[in-house]
Amino acid sequence: MTVLQSAGRLLTGGGPRRDWLTGYLFASPFILGFLIFIAYPMLHSAWLIMFEWDPLREPEFAGFSNILKMLEDPKVNKSLFNSFFYTVIAVPVQLCISFTLALALSQPLWFRDYYRAAFYLPIIVPLVASAVVWQRVFHPEFGILNEALGWFGVDPIRWLFEPQLAKPAFIFMSFWAIGRQMVIFIAGLGNIPESLKEAASLDGANAFGRLRTVVLPLMTPLIFYNMVIATVNSFQTFIPAMIMTEGGPSDATLFVVLNIYRNAFQYGRMGYASTLAWELFLIIVGFTIMQFVISRRWVYYEEGDN
Amino acid sequence: MSVTQMPLEQPTAAQAPLVAKPRRKLKERLWLVALQILITVLSVTFLVPTLWMISSSLKVSTEVFAHPIVWIPRDPHWANYVTAFTGHLPLASFIWNTVKIVVFAVLGTLLSSSLVAYSFARIDWPGKNFWFGLLLGTMMLPDIVTLVPRFILFRTIGWYDTFYPLIVPYWGAVMALYVFLIRQFFMGIPGELEDAAYIDGASRLRTLTQILMPLSKPVMATVAVFALLQHYNDFLNPLIYLKTMDKFPLAVGVKMFNDFEVQHWEIVFAVSTIMLAPILVLFVFAQRFFVQGITMTGFGGR
Repeated sequence: MTVLQSAGRLLTGGGPRRDWLTGYLFASPFILGFLIFIAYPMLHSAWLIMFEWDPLREPEFAGFSNILKMLEDPKVNKSLFNSFFYTVIAVPVQLCISFTLALALSQPLWFRDYYRAAFYLPIIVPLVASAVVWQRVFHPEFGILNEALGWFGVDPIRWLFEPQLAKPAFIFMSFWAIGRQMVIFIAGLGNIPESLKEAASLDGANAFGRLRTVVLPLMTPLIFYNMVIATVNSFQTFIPAMIMTEGGPSDATLFVVLNIYRNAFQYGRMGYASTLAWELFLIIVGFTIMQFVISRRWVYYEEGDN
Repeated sequence: MSVTQMPLEQPTAAQAPLVAKPRRKLKERLWLVALQILITVLSVTFLVPTLWMISSSLKVSTEVFAHPIVWIPRDPHWANYVTAFTGHLPLASFIWNTVKIVVFAVLGTLLSSSLVAYSFARIDWPGKNFWFGLLLGTMMLPDIVTLVPRFILFRTIGWYDTFYPLIVPYWGAVMALYVFLIRQFFMGIPGELEDAAYIDGASRLRTLTQILMPLSKPVMATVAVFALLQHYNDFLNPLIYLKTMDKFPLAVGVKMFNDFEVQHWEIVFAVSTIMLAPILVLFVFAQRFFVQGITMTGFGGR
């Protein structure tokens, strides 16, 4: 702070608007933070791809062996499949649920504020706590999910203990936390000009017609936005897998980030973990770019927007 | 990055009903009643896991493992909370560590982000556009890419098993989103106020701390709430940087309880409830900033 204070004193008397020194001084937290905590680690991690490194020993040059190993590592392929499966199924359904809820909560209902809070509450439950709770919600014997299914005559299901059911259970759990998307949709719906809907009504559109011709097109930017964020987040699912199943059963919930974490901090393969992290990064970037390219076909931007 | 800016233009609340007509037809009213019932059931369903956690934290062991499920404990067993604190896991330390980490990390975030935001909003300096572009570029960068080398860096300089890796980076304004939000807000404040202050001989730092920051309370509160949640919930970073259990924050502490109190669900639920409680209180008092932040950024919440 002292550096900044002295810089401030230099300027007393109203400094010139264009100012080299002050500009860099005020921006220095970011410039330093970026160089030390982002740029340097990124370069270092790219460099580590070429090395075999157990932190207890000296790094050994490994050439491209990390990349070659990655391409045929069954655990890596399994984790990629798991993350893809989870993302590709969870995200679209999440969007449908949150959008439908937002539509419903934009109707003239009683207690709308209460509903909004109820659907939003799961978001504020700390992820670790919610993982701990859901682990028990899914418990075959004492969990509330099987209890509730039992009311309809369904026999107890071993959710997190069956390789085929663990991922669906995780996907189901993710529907619980759609409050954030819902809030964004509600705000967007509130922004749609009444006049447009009235115009559609005058043209003879019923509620469904208004939804299809006016509301949905105007909401596509927000749907797209929520989709991108949800995809990026889903690819990085870690806490539930770490706490509820530790990647099991039979690696059914071994997601990419959990696999990276294990390689780096449990197996001591820093170089290999960096390679996997870059792979994940490139996949996320690729996926995002793809979504942007496809978005040109379906996302509607008003004239003069941006 | 236009996608991140987009929701900024959206006002927060959606008060206007989708179907607003002075007289509703019977069919429409029946439909609304059905919807009302459906949404009520659904909203209760969404609340159940949280309520179950809280109610189970007050059960005795036999009630937790009872068939059929005991939804409300017959006699609230508050002693579970005492047991959580007096057991062999240092819950009080977990809480105190969390407080320390969160306070210093949030403070760093607010101060450094404001300084950087000021330089982007108010000062004209060569290279500004370049650095601002970089800032926006880091917004979508997943933390995981830098995880390993950051770990190596902090271990090399002797910060392993200390709180520094969980606090110091955030004094470097590495959360681009927060800088961006504050900058946008500063840009909306007219510069005349500061000009007057300059004429009176105030420095840039003083105009920032005494004029801009007080005028920016809404965005500061939003950033503070988000940063608080981020650090309160952070699990991966403490997990890799801390080794000694006495240094663990609550997020890792809950996992410890989950791992070591396998037989005592009521204790695990009690600790989870303890972790939720402050956030719930914060939510009740600062709900506005939660919702504002989400509609502004699309992020946050946890």
